[in-house]
Amino acid sequence: MKISEKFRELKRKKEGALIAYICAGDPSPDATKEYVTALVRGGADIIELGLPFSDPTADGPTIQAGIERALDGGMTPDVYFKTVGSLRVHIPLVVMTYYNIIFKRGLEKFVKDCVASGISGIIVPDLPPEESGELAGFCRKHDVDLIFFAAPTTTGERIKRILAEGKGFIYLVARLGVTGARTDVASSTRELIQRVKTTTPKAVGFGISNGEQAAQIISAGADGVIVGSAFVDIIASGKDVPARLEALARELKEGARIS
Amino acid sequence: MKRELKSTKFGKYGGQFVPEVLMPALEELTEQYENYKDDPVFNEELNYYLKDFAGRPSPLYHAKRLSKEYGVKIYLKREDLVHGGAHKLNNTLGQALLARYMRKKRIIAETGAGQHGTACAMAGAAFGIKTEVYMGAKDTVRQRMNVYRMELMGTKVIPVKSGSQTLKDAINEAMRDWVANVETTHYLIGSVVGPHPFPTIVRDFQSVIGKETRTQIMEKEGRFPDSIVACTGGGSNAMGIFHPFIEDDVDLFAVEAGGSGMKVTDKEALHSATLCTGEDGVLHGMRTKVLQNKYGQILESSSIAAGLDYAGVGPELAYLADIGRLKPCNSMDAEALDAFNDLCMLEGIIPALESSHAVAYVKKAAASGDLGDVVVINLSGRGDKDLETVMGMRK
Repeated sequence: MKISEKFRELKRKKEGALIAYICAGDPSPDATKEYVTALVRGGADIIELGLPFSDPTADGPTIQAGIERALDGGMTPDVYFKTVGSLRVHIPLVVMTYYNIIFKRGLEKFVKDCVASGISGIIVPDLPPEESGELAGFCRKHDVDLIFFAAPTTTGERIKRILAEGKGFIYLVARLGVTGARTDVASSTRELIQRVKTTTPKAVGFGISNGEQAAQIISAGADGVIVGSAFVDIIASGKDVPARLEALARELKEGARIS
Repeated sequence: MKRELKSTKFGKYGGQFVPEVLMPALEELTEQYENYKDDPVFNEELNYYLKDFAGRPSPLYHAKRLSKEYGVKIYLKREDLVHGGAHKLNNTLGQALLARYMRKKRIIAETGAGQHGTACAMAGAAFGIKTEVYMGAKDTVRQRMNVYRMELMGTKVIPVKSGSQTLKDAINEAMRDWVANVETTHYLIGSVVGPHPFPTIVRDFQSVIGKETRTQIMEKEGRFPDSIVACTGGGSNAMGIFHPFIEDDVDLFAVEAGGSGMKVTDKEALHSATLCTGEDGVLHGMRTKVLQNKYGQILESSSIAAGLDYAGVGPELAYLADIGRLKPCNSMDAEALDAFNDLCMLEGIIPALESSHAVAYVKKAAASGDLGDVVVINLSGRGDKDLETVMGMRK
């Protein structure tokens, strides 16, 4: 399913989107299939599946630990596309990985593998628009969305460029820093949501961990929330994982629903 | 060969592969560096510190007994005599001063063995800027004296417990900190690596080595050397001495760590010979040659010399290697140790194990005539820090 289609559907229903991140292969490929199913049952609208890289500089300790577990569990790009291809879900899937993994596989091959396994968007945290030309070309050619970030430090001029190049949704970085669960919503987040004026859906990530925060973000004007570390924390605990993933997804989705 | 600072690349290498959050900081740094790099006031102050604080110029020393032993005329560029015992201070003084001009309140840095961290601590203390250094937890144990040195000078050392708990994890963690505190903090990167403009900035601040060498060798020999040999991890001492000679008829040799052999598994390499064996990739914000597996996962590198133990290399070095302007080569752990002994016994100089790799290459290559008649070795640091390692190896 295309990302834009999902956001149109949600707009009709007047709901904010829940975009749920987990790292594929954490702790095993089979577990990932089970966890994705649980997240979808809980109400996730888009699943963002991390493809692990050995040096994830944009991720905090929680997700870094998940990435390490996945690598230890034998996750590779080959296993990744096989696992994703076997998922039976009817919502958009997005891959999040670092540029070297894509570069090493070959840009066009990577994009084609995405298409073949049912992935409709690509997020690359270490690829600003300045360096994205080649990959963006292949994404356009094969109709895959290349998703860009905007941060509180991003200037107006850069936002224009990011909006011109970005597809699917724009990933707003809630605060300065790396991923990791926090408990309140910063004013810089509200300011950023207001500042980015576009018809492209705006999804806010970094630091969101509960339904109340999700509700605040959506009421501040965002079209979706992205939650990762809070889910990865549950996976790390190893206790009752599918049920707790489902419950947290439900709470976040409730928060994201505009009443 | 000269390029504008506006270009972010060296051929296909370099660039800015960083999270969006950092892009404005890199733009600011580029702009501010552009402002100050030729500013007379900035340079006067920097030169004052280089001279009276760091002890520059460092001597260019004709090593007569080593020359006789190796069969080629050898000059040593004595960076081991710079304050702190290595070339590292050239860069930290430059960047810390730049940070002060940029009104940053805090400096962060990564360090492997602790040499760059110590040089940051010196510059931070000298300029009164709060300094925090990320260091792999394993390295803090292996190099506890350097940890203590940094702490003595008021620097906070933060042990990094993630990943392999070594240099690359310290870099990752420092980048994370910078992402979170970019408005108040300058990331003082320690080598000619990372996203643009760092490789250029560090090279420029280290180029004092090569500029002095030009003058000194003309005084002593009336001509330029036939070749210059420098050890290469990230490559800052190499770029520092190479850069001013790029357009001259001087052969440049970048000596990497051959470690204990060229063996590579899916997760690690027994060496750190990135220019010699690495493949095109993207790491730590730059496109360069990288030690990686077939999926693009970064390998853990290895060397007896912590300062050479890095899976990437400066993008400008990768470019110069590709166009044939420098020759990548390597020395094994054992060869470095052998050269270390030569320099101790023949010249009364205890070199850093990093620099010993360069000396070892000269020993190997001199006989073939590839180095010509007059060679300059960049003796990038002194070996006091390595005594425990050497004692262990000799047992």
